[in-house]
Amino acid sequence: MPFTPNIQAFCCHYTSQQTLAEGPEGLQADGFPQSVTIHRLVCTGKLEVSTLLKAFEDGADGVYVTGCPLDKCHNLMGSQRAAKRVAAIKKALAELGVEPERIEMYHLERGFHPAFVKAAQEMDERITTLGPSPFRGGAK
Amino acid sequence: MIIAERKPLAEIMDMVQDAKRILILGCRGCVTVCSAGGEREVEILASLIRLGKQKAGQPVVTIEATLVRQCDKEYIDSIDQWDGQYDAIVSMACGVGVNFIANLRPMARVYPGVNTSSFGGSAEQGVWSEQCAGCGNCILHLTGGLCPVARCAKSLMNGPCGGSVGGRCEIHQDVPCIWQSIHDKLVRIDKADDLAVIAPIRDWSTAGHGGPRKTVRNDLAL
Repeated sequence: MPFTPNIQAFCCHYTSQQTLAEGPEGLQADGFPQSVTIHRLVCTGKLEVSTLLKAFEDGADGVYVTGCPLDKCHNLMGSQRAAKRVAAIKKALAELGVEPERIEMYHLERGFHPAFVKAAQEMDERITTLGPSPFRGGAK
Repeated sequence: MIIAERKPLAEIMDMVQDAKRILILGCRGCVTVCSAGGEREVEILASLIRLGKQKAGQPVVTIEATLVRQCDKEYIDSIDQWDGQYDAIVSMACGVGVNFIANLRPMARVYPGVNTSSFGGSAEQGVWSEQCAGCGNCILHLTGGLCPVARCAKSLMNGPCGGSVGGRCEIHQDVPCIWQSIHDKLVRIDKADDLAVIAPIRDWSTAGHGGPRKTVRNDLAL
């Protein structure tokens, strides 16, 4: 049976702004994979480590964050903080013997651009290759 | 404050490998301030333990709580509300908290969630440096307020070892030679003469070399 990954994307208001303005159909037409669920945030600096971990607990096979470019965050350091939290989770995943690539941070320009769709496609491809999350369905 | 850092996850997972119900207990004291064992870190560790157990196919229930302190009996008593609901406690307090729980609850299996590092301060965000060794015999009045016991790699008491270069310690270029700093400070405050006072051979019994230390204040005891 083909594997359809469950990917949770946490995107800041600015990187997802115009792309989301197209609506789900528009996004799909652009090639945005259906495996990705978008959560919009005011700023990725608001994102807690526990929120990202909970996504894995809730069954995500992959998680990614899109925030502003490192030196151009609308809120100055929000995307830098998010990148550090993602890095901390990569380390924790490795400690648990799980592929750190299951979580990723993307720094994107604001507004409509193909990079937003490309990040989702890249994660879809990556997680499809990795297969289901080792956290999923283990406990009896 | 007491500085601590979360233990490697593999070490914690090994400690709790046969526990099915785990009480993860934070402390609102020093470890909250140094972001090692406060409410937020408890939430993160609980999630990581659940994920680790999920991966291993082992069911687990976690209880998350954070006490005001873990170094006072009154606060430790509050863990009785979870009696019978856990197999093991992972304390995210400093080593004092782990010891207090072990002392006061002889039947509880309690494990450390952090490594207790030092008495220090926040040099800048995310960086803590050791400032005090808790040696029990403070000589800061003679050294311009800068501690050679904690901050000299050799804990020298009568000036630098001769290995420092350009005001940096020979163990590492990142470490300032504290005796250089003491010299500069005493000159600045017009107390350079203090440098000529020879410190006698030190009695280290107050530093724990005479066994565990105890402080008794009869004026406070009931």
